[in-house]
Amino acid sequence: MSDSSAPLTTADGVPLKVSLRRAVRRSKIKALLLVAPLLLFLVIAFVIPIFEMLTRSVANPEVSNHLPRTVAALEDWDRQDVPGEPAFAALVEDLLEGQEARNLGLLASRLNYERSGMRSAINRTARGLRTMEPPYREAVIEANARWGELDTWKIIQREARLYTPSYYLAAVDRQLTPDGEITRAPDNQQIHVSLFWRTFWMSGLITLMTLLLGYPIAFLLASLPLRHSNLLMILVLLPFWTSLLVRTTTWIAILQSQGVLNDVMVFLGVIADDARWQMIHNKIGTVVAMTHILLPFMILPLYSVMKTIPPSYMRAARSLGGRPFLCFRRVYFPLTIPGMAAGGILVFILSIGYYITPALVGGQSGRFITNYIAYHMQTSLNWGLAAAIASILLFVVVVFYMVFNRLVGVDKVKLG
Amino acid sequence: MKGTGVAVAGLSALAVAVAAHAEGQTLNVVSWGGAYSMSQQRAYHEPWMEMTGDEIVNIDQSANALAGLRSQSQAGNVTWDLVDMLPADAMIACAEGLIEPLDHDELLADAPDGTPPSEDFVDGALGECFVASIVYSNIVAFNSDMFPEDNQPSTIEDVFDLENYPGQRALMRRPINNLEWALIADGVDRDDVYDMLETEEGIQRAFDKLDTIKDSVIWWEEGAQPPQLLADREVAFASAYNGRIFDAMVSENQPFEIIWDAQVFELDGWVVPTGKMDKVRDFLYFATDTQRLADQAQYISYGPARMSSSDLVSTHAETGIEMETHMPTYEPNFATAIQKDDEFWADYLDELSQRFDAWLAR
Repeated sequence: MSDSSAPLTTADGVPLKVSLRRAVRRSKIKALLLVAPLLLFLVIAFVIPIFEMLTRSVANPEVSNHLPRTVAALEDWDRQDVPGEPAFAALVEDLLEGQEARNLGLLASRLNYERSGMRSAINRTARGLRTMEPPYREAVIEANARWGELDTWKIIQREARLYTPSYYLAAVDRQLTPDGEITRAPDNQQIHVSLFWRTFWMSGLITLMTLLLGYPIAFLLASLPLRHSNLLMILVLLPFWTSLLVRTTTWIAILQSQGVLNDVMVFLGVIADDARWQMIHNKIGTVVAMTHILLPFMILPLYSVMKTIPPSYMRAARSLGGRPFLCFRRVYFPLTIPGMAAGGILVFILSIGYYITPALVGGQSGRFITNYIAYHMQTSLNWGLAAAIASILLFVVVVFYMVFNRLVGVDKVKLG
Repeated sequence: MKGTGVAVAGLSALAVAVAAHAEGQTLNVVSWGGAYSMSQQRAYHEPWMEMTGDEIVNIDQSANALAGLRSQSQAGNVTWDLVDMLPADAMIACAEGLIEPLDHDELLADAPDGTPPSEDFVDGALGECFVASIVYSNIVAFNSDMFPEDNQPSTIEDVFDLENYPGQRALMRRPINNLEWALIADGVDRDDVYDMLETEEGIQRAFDKLDTIKDSVIWWEEGAQPPQLLADREVAFASAYNGRIFDAMVSENQPFEIIWDAQVFELDGWVVPTGKMDKVRDFLYFATDTQRLADQAQYISYGPARMSSSDLVSTHAETGIEMETHMPTYEPNFATAIQKDDEFWADYLDELSQRFDAWLAR
């Protein structure tokens, strides 16, 4: 009885279970060590930046960091009237300290997003502080009238929180009132929502264009004998290997109103010299150039799927009496759907993220939301807003990807 | 000769600076690229490299200099040693502590006659953290081939007049300059422009005026685009930096003309990223002295920011044409000039940019 319940052991007396567990653990560690560089790379280059971006889209440290005393002084303020002397004295102290440390700029920018004119209110007031004597209330309001406005103080109190929804609200053309209610931004400042939509529908259009153009090419590639199709494949890949900037600027030379295409049409008498077509610096430019640039991303997955469809299927369908179109529609076409879906998701996601090409050939009407991410990163320096827009875009791409995965399966994506 | 005397004085001051200078370091200098960087290269980078054995690397990032400084400082690794930027950006960078405050009289060279820098630089050229090297101007230029000889445009109103002056216009894709010009073309006195823009009616009026030409505008973003668009005859008018147009006119013989009416002028110059002062002190002294600024004006039509340099401005280094009449500060050109109001734009740029973008998108 006792023998059968005793655990099995290996030759050196270690219980078999433990020994097995050790062996598994060892091989697991080995496997982990092999992929460790990749994991580390992913964490550093992918996970941390995305986490940073998501944090930055809600982070709001400026007011609480740079106006700690003012925020404290506002704690039991009744929000009915401009606060009294203690709040102003605290403000002066905070600004003096900020000026000493030369970091008022970030605070000024942050408050200026919420209310225009705050940048100069802070900078000008800070410059005049040295000569100020208590009581400060009058002197500060004298220095800049913004301090005498109730809304200024409401906003300071509101933005004292460490996290803010303002950037996300701004990204969807909404804003907070000084009292913290969400309202639509004024009509003449609404911009992002329409840009999101434009980005999506134009990306969809580009995807459709690449599909219409790419399908016959991929079919030709897949059905030709190998020595011919290899030559054709080079023609597909050569532009693929050419610099993006070169291809984009070439389209400018071709499409502009004094460009090659217009010149040819004028020469042929199709259009009059003074009625040249405007084919660039607008939506047409973006769609044409991006369709060309993204075409290989459609052709390659399509080709790889078509290559695996045995020609005998079509022959069998024909021998059963189907007319060519019916055979194509009922037999060949359904088999290429994974390729279409794979190419489609690739092209669509890539085109949502493009910004150099729309910036160069898109003019104003052919711009994408990504151009505004670049703009807020580089020019307006509103990194929080850029992060919020980028996060929304990331969210949309993830949703698309999940839908795709559910419908088609990611394992179907092949690139040649 | 006057020039020689100045050169000798300049050189002896330099000898002091050079003696104390560490040999053969690399300076990363950020600037705007194109004809402007070329003028810096010829006027002071090359002489400096020859004299000290230093290596000066040009980085064409000034358009995004503030973003670059901020991200480098947040990453804790500032790789830029000297940056050429606009005074408005310098004000922001200074308030954020990204760049060094400058003691101008101590850091910069006196004028040849001994005038201290604080009195020798033009108004507004010396900021808390900023020292200007040039006065440049935003102008509208046109391709003179595109209008009949007896009907060439000459005022800013003509840019907004599609009937008499048809054709596409290229304007910079930002509210600055465009709103000012729209108001002036609409009849506002140039002294009242910024006051008008502080009111809702003024802004609306400017946008309404821009509306009248909106369908004929190509919006540019890189300084190299407007001369290109004009040369390709894609547009009849283009707003541009005056030096770029000048460069295309004299170096490429392009048939461009500058409309000097209502030019919006502004300064441009150096800032020192925090912690880089010791590295660039000598070069900054050299690059901002009277002779160097005058030399720069041989290569590009930007006015020197030092008064003592103005007398030394002579002819274009390659073509020998007289530079004076091409300078934004030349009397007849300057008559209707507007100074860009940096404080106004510091306050309203965020709001007006958003409004401008929304207006463009409609």
